[in-house]
Amino acid sequence: MIGSEPSLNLTARTSVQSSRRRRAAARGRWAGWLYVLPALIMYALFVIWPLLTSVEYSLYDWNGITAGRWVGLSNYWSVLTDSELLLPIVNAFELVFFFTVIPVSLGLVAAALIRGFSQGRFGAVARTILFLPQVAPLVAAGIAWKWAYSETGVVNQLLSAIGLGGLTRPWLADFGTALPAVGFIGSWVLLGFCTVLLLTGMSKIDPSLYEAARMDGAGPIQEFRAITVPGLIGEIGVCITVSMIAALSSFDIIYISTYGGPGRATMVPGVLIYRLAFDERKVGLASAMAVVLMILVVGCVLIVQRVMKGED
Amino acid sequence: MLRRYFAVVAAVVMIGLLTACSGPSGPGANQAAQTTPTGPVSTTLPTGPVTLDMYIETGFPLPQKLADEFKRQHPNVTFNIRQDQFQVITENGPREMAGPNPPDLIRLPQVVGPAKQGLLLNLDPYYKAYGWDQWSQSLLNQMRVGSDGIRGHGPLYGLGIGYDITGVFYNKKLAAQIGMQSPPATIGEFEALLAKAKAAGLPPIMQFNDIGGLNFPFQALANQFTDPTGLANWIYNKPGATLNTPGTVKAAEYIARWGKDGYFPKDVNSLDYTTMMGRFEKGEGLFMFNGDWESANLDKAMPGNVGFFLFPSEKAGSPFVAMSAPATYVIPAKAKHAAAMIYFLNWIHTNQTARQIIVESNGASPGGPPSLPLPPVQAGTVLSQTLAATNQLAKSGVAIDFLANATPGIYANAFRPELQLLVTGKETPEGFVQNIQKSYKQELQQ
Repeated sequence: MIGSEPSLNLTARTSVQSSRRRRAAARGRWAGWLYVLPALIMYALFVIWPLLTSVEYSLYDWNGITAGRWVGLSNYWSVLTDSELLLPIVNAFELVFFFTVIPVSLGLVAAALIRGFSQGRFGAVARTILFLPQVAPLVAAGIAWKWAYSETGVVNQLLSAIGLGGLTRPWLADFGTALPAVGFIGSWVLLGFCTVLLLTGMSKIDPSLYEAARMDGAGPIQEFRAITVPGLIGEIGVCITVSMIAALSSFDIIYISTYGGPGRATMVPGVLIYRLAFDERKVGLASAMAVVLMILVVGCVLIVQRVMKGED
Repeated sequence: MLRRYFAVVAAVVMIGLLTACSGPSGPGANQAAQTTPTGPVSTTLPTGPVTLDMYIETGFPLPQKLADEFKRQHPNVTFNIRQDQFQVITENGPREMAGPNPPDLIRLPQVVGPAKQGLLLNLDPYYKAYGWDQWSQSLLNQMRVGSDGIRGHGPLYGLGIGYDITGVFYNKKLAAQIGMQSPPATIGEFEALLAKAKAAGLPPIMQFNDIGGLNFPFQALANQFTDPTGLANWIYNKPGATLNTPGTVKAAEYIARWGKDGYFPKDVNSLDYTTMMGRFEKGEGLFMFNGDWESANLDKAMPGNVGFFLFPSEKAGSPFVAMSAPATYVIPAKAKHAAAMIYFLNWIHTNQTARQIIVESNGASPGGPPSLPLPPVQAGTVLSQTLAATNQLAKSGVAIDFLANATPGIYANAFRPELQLLVTGKETPEGFVQNIQKSYKQELQQ
């Protein structure tokens, strides 16, 4: 009995302590919520609420003004069966090549090169030039590119100057080149972002790994493959995710440079949703398309995340 | 991880569905019904200070100039003017009018949808009070919309600020180079001139088509090959009206052939309106299909070097059929100063200085009572030619609205992509008219 007393006491003390700790932890949890509350309110108001209303609208035939008519899932049926509405989704996936594959692979090479020159002024200048498109407003960039691509624009002038005058054409007006041409604007915009992100990631890689590799007689290409790329998996994952979202939900570049033309050659879901909602006033159909696009983007991002996690 | 994300997405969609199902009524159910005017209306201007809100088109400063003159004559009125691109206004206009603080006047080309939705003020009481029954009814009828959604009859919902005409501008120096003495009298002569220009190394037609500007030459041709009443019925959404006729297919064949023969600029599908104007003014292009709103600009940019003619028909001497429409302005049903705004609109049709401003600034006919004299213009200018063409059309021709005004979405959704396909040979003339008709029917069905 006597011997058990302290232990009892101890238990009692522990339980008091632990309940105190629990209370403190609970307080901490609530305090944590309190800290994120302002952001949460904004998020709910400007992201969650519009998302919910979009889902609601997608079930109606609504012109945005007069009372809507309940149509159930028929808007979704139209999105999934009408070839005119499906084609933009195909175009968006083609853009993934220009928005994701090119910037990420070129970004890796550029980052590795810049890292090699990082001591000199060249590194800083190259970084700035590559990152500049991220800073310029996309609308202004779109207009500038539209000029550059025109029949008498910079692109054709350059081609003529180097003796490739036979290749010149109005790039955005040509059915065969319009989509790659706008895709290339996306590569230009995202290359800087990927490069800077990958450069930052490279600075985290332990330099001794490179030294060890060099001692073992590895060349720059082997170093790149064996150390740089595996060390950057996390950053590459972020680059792919961000640029893929940019490709699938692209709007501003296309809206400014081609508005989906010529014909429907560069129509993407983002511009089509806008056109359905504001030109044709089919708010329900536009919302259904938006919900489908959201599910598609989330699906793709999840797959990317899964694959990159596996690689890690 | 995956499952959790999917669960979140599924939850969001479910909540949305539940919100949709739980509500007693769908979106937009709170929109007030149309206000029907009752009792006599005022035809005088308030004497106290009034501020009138106008929502107008960027790049067309005419309403601004008229407002300045009106303010000079009536100092108690001030104007609050907001400008946007044409497309932005057509997209935002209906929502602006449905909102709690609509402007008092909006530039709006399509009146049918907003009229059906009860967003526009019925101007008929003012029509009687001001005596607009003395004006050209064929112009006003374009802005009438019946309860069946068909234009051309029913209440009056808008007025024009300037009544525009379209045709072909030509560069006189280039015309002289290929021996063109006078405007072509038939379509055949016009085509022969195109071939001559091409052979001489001159760009035959300067035309924008980034957003469907080839509709100008297409309709100019269609107007000649088809019964204008049929086209008007199509524009007015009369039941059974179709664009799929042998005449429109023939017009589309011309556009496809002209595209193939290189009569349009190589980058026609990415050429925008401003660039087209710039290039034509610099002397690039023998012809340009456009409207009289550019007359004053062209007189300034290439004085003495530009001419205008109405697009000819197949046989010489046939009456002219031309695309001609008012620049439509409407008053929202909820406008706070509707009576004062309408006083202003009546003033611009009847006041001599205002009419002079319309003609000089826009090259358009001011409309209004036919008994009033037309303001004088300098002889030899292209402005005098477009005004003469307007008179000619009023006396012995047929004016027809723009095909692109048939429905809100037809221009962006059908004409724009289809004309781009047609001119590059990626769409047959038959397929072109069929697709436009299909898009038209789909839009009217909803």
